[in-house]
Amino acid sequence: MSYEVRICDVVKKYGDFHAVDGVSLDIRQGEFFTLLGPSGCGKTTLLRMIAGFNKIDQGEIYFGDRLINNISANKRDIGMVFQNYAVFPHMTVSENVAYGLKARKISKPERTPRVLKALEKVQIENLKDRMPDALSGGQQQRVALARAFVIEPGILLMDEPLSNLDAKLRVQMRSMIRKLQTQLGVTTIYVTHDQEEALAISDRIAVMKDGKVMQVGRPEEIYRKPQNLFVANFIGNSNQIPGEMVDCANKVGTLKLDNGAKSRIKLREDYTGEVIVAVRPEYLYFAEEGIPGTIQLATFLGDFVLYEVELPGGQVINVNEYGNMSHIRKIGDKVKVRFQEEYISVYKNSEEVLSC
Amino acid sequence: MLSKFRYRFLNFWTISTLVLLAFFALALIYPLGSLFLNSFKDGENGFTLQNYITFFTKKYYYTALGHSLSIGIISTLISTGCGVALAYVMHRYNVVLKGALKILFIICLMSPPFIGAYSWILLLGRNGFITGILGKIGIQMPTIYGKTGIVLVFSLSLSCYVFRYVTAALQGIDRSLEEAAESLGASKMRRLFTISLPVVFPAISSVMVIVFMRSLADFGTPLLIGEGYKTMPVLIYNAYLSEMGGDAKMAGAVSVVTVLISLGILLLQKAYIARRNYKMSGLRPPLEVKLTGWKRALVSIPCMIWVFVALLPQIAIIVMSFIRTNGPIFVGGFTLNNYREAIENCGSSIGHSFLYATIAIVFIVIFGIITAYVSVRRRKQGGTLLDTLVMFPYVIPGAVIGICYIVSFNHRPILICGTAIVIVLAYVIRKLPNTVRSSVGVLESIDPSLEEASISLGVPAMKTFFVITARLMLSGVAAGAVLSWISCMNELSSTMLLYSSTTMTMPIAVYTYVCRGNYGIAAALGTIMTISILAALCLVARLTRKTGGII
Repeated sequence: MSYEVRICDVVKKYGDFHAVDGVSLDIRQGEFFTLLGPSGCGKTTLLRMIAGFNKIDQGEIYFGDRLINNISANKRDIGMVFQNYAVFPHMTVSENVAYGLKARKISKPERTPRVLKALEKVQIENLKDRMPDALSGGQQQRVALARAFVIEPGILLMDEPLSNLDAKLRVQMRSMIRKLQTQLGVTTIYVTHDQEEALAISDRIAVMKDGKVMQVGRPEEIYRKPQNLFVANFIGNSNQIPGEMVDCANKVGTLKLDNGAKSRIKLREDYTGEVIVAVRPEYLYFAEEGIPGTIQLATFLGDFVLYEVELPGGQVINVNEYGNMSHIRKIGDKVKVRFQEEYISVYKNSEEVLSC
Repeated sequence: MLSKFRYRFLNFWTISTLVLLAFFALALIYPLGSLFLNSFKDGENGFTLQNYITFFTKKYYYTALGHSLSIGIISTLISTGCGVALAYVMHRYNVVLKGALKILFIICLMSPPFIGAYSWILLLGRNGFITGILGKIGIQMPTIYGKTGIVLVFSLSLSCYVFRYVTAALQGIDRSLEEAAESLGASKMRRLFTISLPVVFPAISSVMVIVFMRSLADFGTPLLIGEGYKTMPVLIYNAYLSEMGGDAKMAGAVSVVTVLISLGILLLQKAYIARRNYKMSGLRPPLEVKLTGWKRALVSIPCMIWVFVALLPQIAIIVMSFIRTNGPIFVGGFTLNNYREAIENCGSSIGHSFLYATIAIVFIVIFGIITAYVSVRRRKQGGTLLDTLVMFPYVIPGAVIGICYIVSFNHRPILICGTAIVIVLAYVIRKLPNTVRSSVGVLESIDPSLEEASISLGVPAMKTFFVITARLMLSGVAAGAVLSWISCMNELSSTMLLYSSTTMTMPIAVYTYVCRGNYGIAAALGTIMTISILAALCLVARLTRKTGGII
């Protein structure tokens, strides 16, 4: 039986420092929910509060209707996967996986097939009698994963489970985790600092910074419509270009850039004055008309070429050009840059988004 | 509300911490406090500084302080110099029979200094074996009794400590450091004195402090070979004897001065290394230099001579235990009589030593693991306090522990003097620091998330500790525990004050028979001790083979 998780105004203090500073989240039953943020943003602290390894200083956390603030970790009905695997080094693979079942007093005839099935699901049934020191990092993480879900926990918690693996294995494991989670339908809370991983794996993401939630949403929402500059910069790459909003009426304004380029933008509210425009490199393109610039560096990256373009004011922006591999531009080439208006975000200041 | 209270406060660790704190309050703070207070008492229980004034004005007392300091400093310098040189040479060059020499060093390390003292008397004393031979060809040896003998015994046995510590530190140097120095144009000698030695100097300074404190605290050696050359522990013992039945006021004052000196030296060294904690990866230790011909002999022979001299007392004792004796005179001819008499007369003290050391080690391991856990994983919940308390006996000489137990536990409500309990208690308090340090080392290498994984799988914290953490710590801790067991078997300085006719131990028996001039039985007992220690060391070797080697 999988739970929904309600986190209400939760605070964790270390002295005067608020590691988690009033976070509220509603995580739906069966959802794959990711806490994403740079190191020190409080995501792991929050996960450990949910797990029961960090005390909750203020606020409440509910699993379903059950308030779990004062329930010790071993009674919270969770499964947890750790960054450094935490496979018990003195037990074989199958003993590791059976460990939680034994703690639940599940008899041997029932235990053995469940362990085997779990090992099959993570494709290491052939390693069941090995000791952990004879396993690779990826195999150890599979053991840890099997051990966490074999007990059919109400909530599965994962603390950067893939960050110690190499890039290729990380992608493989991430799709395995996602498939397993969908099959089991278990509510999963996943912590990572890797935005690509978060986008790939999650139903919803909470982006965190300095102990606070900056934005909660589906991956494509977060990518397309970052609610503030922090999210815009943290998720993917963004160019920031200063501009000015003029002639605003009926929630439509004219965006004027320093070089005089103008475009009409739909707004959330009427506003005139200085703004910041965030636009991703893939939504910029070279055209006959646009902001003039000079190529400073061209980097060939396989399916696209990344150009660093210097604007007249001295600012350097990134432009990705797809599909034009036969003709890579040279350093010093003069270009004109335009952006796809529906994919830009306009901010009043670093906190408030203006564009819809 | 109750469940909240239980969740936050009432768990296994809080209770263990409280129990251990109570134990230290009773077995350490209370006795030391009593002794400290006693040293400020006059005849009518009023406050006075008279005992300290006496100490610093009467020649009898302050010369002993001078003796202790001069022996401490000289022995520390000699043993450090030799120990570092030997460790460096053994670590860096292909010394002949290196493996065997290393094992022999460890054996020297494990044998108590007073056995060495006794054996040097047998060899170089007035009726000594070597003295006799040299006397026949007309060579007069300088006397072994007094300061010379004490310094000789300390330098030899303590250099083995230095050797062991410095060897471990040298293994931590990464080859790249020296390669970097070389690539910058430093010659071999320059490299040694500007890179290799300075980076291990924090370790050298730590072992110097240990060596100094040991030579300050050792009791058996000056008692046996000192012959009137009094040091502080001897003074404590004598003061106590003359105050028999009294409050140990003067003995208390001498003890307090001794403890303060140890503490002062330790704090100085801590302040010195505070900013010199070099972290080195030591992933690629330096390669052994392969020497050939006379160069190889040049580095090998001094090592062999040193090991031979350091081991000579052990060999001498074993050989002499089989020689027919008449009192202090070895009359020649082989016999097993000494062993027969030793077992007939001292069977019970052999039994006591094994029994007390074994009981003590059980407590030491349990307390050591729990203390280590609390001080590593629960710093804020009493861990730091416990860690400080447990290390305190480190600076307290055994004789001082003995005195303060006599002062505190010889009257109601705690009347345990003269029983085995007080001896075991002294062993536990004195040897706990070593086990705690080695347990802390093992525990720090165990990832806390292993425990969290177990808890998250539904196993309560306390059971997790026993199934996961303690289980993983055990092999490393066990090796350290065997070493502590050995030093309980060797313990002389506090037992000397605490034993009664029914609780005599092997080292006490050896000491008694040496004093009575019955050298044969003493040699047999000394051999039994050595064999027990060797057997225990073999056990350590077996235990550490799996865990990567503690020695």
